[in-house]
Amino acid sequence: MSYTPEMRESIKRVEATRPARLGKPFPRMGPEERQDVLEKFHPDYRPEGFREIRVGPNKGEKAMKELVDILEGRSHLTSNMLDLDRIDYDTDVLVIGGGGAGASAALLAKENGAKVILATKLRFGDANTMMAQGGIQAADKPNDSPVIHFLDVMGGGGFTNDPDLVEALVMDAPQVIQWLEGLGVMFDKEPDGTMFTIHGGGTSRKRMHAARDYTGAAIMRTLRDEVLSYPEDIAVLEFAPAIELLMDEGWQVAGAVLENLETGEHLVVRAKCTIIATGDSGRLHYQGFATTNHYGATGDGVVLAYRVGARLIHPDTYQYHPTGAAYPEQIVGQLVTEKVRGLGAQVLNVDGEQFVYHQETRDVESAAIIRECNERGKGVRTPSGMCGVWLDSPMIDIIHRPGTIQRELPAMVRQFKRFGIDMTVEPILVYPTAHYQNGGLAIGPDGSVKGVPNLYAVGAVTGGVHGRNRLMGNSLLEIIVFGRRAGRAASLRSKEAKLGKLTLAHVDAWHRQLEGAGIETNVVSPILLPDYTRKVR
Amino acid sequence: MRMVDIYIMGKRYEVPSNLTIIKAMEYAGYRLVRGVGCRAGFCGACATVYRTAGDYRLKIGLACQTVIEPEMYIAQIPFFPVKRADYRLDELEPTFEALVKLYPELLRCLSCGVCTKSCPQDLDVKDYMADAMKGNIAAVAQKSFDCIMCGLCAARCPTEEPQYRIALLCQRLYGKYLAPKSKHLEDRVKEVQSGKFDEELKGLKGMDIEALRELYNRREIEPE
Repeated sequence: MSYTPEMRESIKRVEATRPARLGKPFPRMGPEERQDVLEKFHPDYRPEGFREIRVGPNKGEKAMKELVDILEGRSHLTSNMLDLDRIDYDTDVLVIGGGGAGASAALLAKENGAKVILATKLRFGDANTMMAQGGIQAADKPNDSPVIHFLDVMGGGGFTNDPDLVEALVMDAPQVIQWLEGLGVMFDKEPDGTMFTIHGGGTSRKRMHAARDYTGAAIMRTLRDEVLSYPEDIAVLEFAPAIELLMDEGWQVAGAVLENLETGEHLVVRAKCTIIATGDSGRLHYQGFATTNHYGATGDGVVLAYRVGARLIHPDTYQYHPTGAAYPEQIVGQLVTEKVRGLGAQVLNVDGEQFVYHQETRDVESAAIIRECNERGKGVRTPSGMCGVWLDSPMIDIIHRPGTIQRELPAMVRQFKRFGIDMTVEPILVYPTAHYQNGGLAIGPDGSVKGVPNLYAVGAVTGGVHGRNRLMGNSLLEIIVFGRRAGRAASLRSKEAKLGKLTLAHVDAWHRQLEGAGIETNVVSPILLPDYTRKVR
Repeated sequence: MRMVDIYIMGKRYEVPSNLTIIKAMEYAGYRLVRGVGCRAGFCGACATVYRTAGDYRLKIGLACQTVIEPEMYIAQIPFFPVKRADYRLDELEPTFEALVKLYPELLRCLSCGVCTKSCPQDLDVKDYMADAMKGNIAAVAQKSFDCIMCGLCAARCPTEEPQYRIALLCQRLYGKYLAPKSKHLEDRVKEVQSGKFDEELKGLKGMDIEALRELYNRREIEPE
């Protein structure tokens, strides 16, 4: 699976320009140029990728087509299918989702006195958190401050972010790093304890903390182990996705119906508060893009909450990570962490020329790569017909010192080595890949879903924190900041919440709304898993 | 497209030769619930054992990261009942005694090295287990750091060691108790709690977008 002769020729041109590129920064784009390349080449600006939502709180607004398809789907249930007087689990707080957001929420709900059930679709910890490589931001160095972090986040999001949420994000960040360290996460440090931090695209200070390039994995396995340390307070239900929220007669959220993914059995969970932490939707493959996302990232939580009246913010924007693997074919779309660029690797075309500064924000960097491949025709073709550009990884060892790539990026080195490519001496081929749901459920700074009593949401399922473009290292931060906030708030709320009789009447009402809007659909949602099965006779 | 025969749990399927094991199973008609996860080599959900025709040796791999071979016999190990000791990190001390108390089976390790041969991350599991038996928690933490907890080491261990759980415990003990403390982090947390940044942040929140944009475009950027 090593490179083809044509690709090797191109690599020679990359190597030839390397001495001239070292130490000579490519100019950053100015504000107008940024806007121009976005409008012409970013997938968010392709009208054919979007359509109008015909029903529900965001009726009349545009969203990604694939998202609208599941939003306008029918429920797995109708109100007469289940006897809701038979309650399988009764709890203070139900957390739906077993990633970093759900685990943090469960821990803080427990810490504040609640009994918790954490239900998750696959295994506990099977989540995008586990796959986050590059790092987590926090303004904890003397030359930095939460105020500067705030400005970076707002600017990166095109000033479309919810400032209250950004404030929570940046102000909680140092404490979150301290909390994670107290739970045993091993951050990269200098021998004197100083955090080893680097830049990410769009950061004005080096505030990216990392645990090699297994940052998310290190955080996730630690949080999971901590949750499992309290079995008497937090019950974990695996292979048990929520297929519908429950309400009570007073139109408050009151738990969820779970489905045992292996036996098909339905479970009724009554909960005084419910926290949705179901993650992303990259497995919907927006505009046909490959994705970095986990197998379970199918946008379930957005669907569940939308049916009980939650509003979506920015449902018409998705983040394409500039550097997904474009070769070899077996790993197309998988994440090549932004840390590779953070350590100095530049992005180059087929002739080994730079065409964009390597640390632009993700939206701009992606748009520039798409322009290079599609408009200028200066990408590198792969045998399967894909196009990509070079990410000049060997520069890292030249800029820093030999061995840096192996030490800082062991996961990436391993990933490519498995397929016969040694990224310490050869560049790797990349192309943008569907990565992160910028928009989602509208929440307050305590994670409460706006306008829906007893419902909270955290992480990629929400919108507003990052505006229309997220910076690297702010999603690991977000899930912990808002996981903790929602866990605490839900725990406190659960002490005073009073629930009436459970009902699924909202599901029938939803089906009537679909019919009223003339929507005929075969989609039953949440879809739970993507279907990659080849259709056999 | 060249087609090859593979055997999924002993049953023959004809599939394109360039697929990973996961994609080959989906091509064969499986809709996976177990034995599939991140599909990128980070979560350890798709631990797989296989053998190829004519070879007695068992090989291991992650189904999402391993390309099929002709005449490959495949079995996934999506779950393995490995012990997790009952502990709370803040009640522990980072000592050999703590490790052995929670995992007394640690001392039964034969140093046979099957674990090392079984690691899809190419970690030297035997080596870090030797460090664990000496109570060198820092060494275990560093050497096991890239572990994805797929469980293949434990599944093949003749003395039933929960290697990856011992590794995680050492990582957590190291991170909490042994890693050098960050003074700048402690200082910053105190500053935030004392309200040092409240007023400045309030000022930024109160600005209109154009003023904020101006500030952003002119902001100073720390050199590489």
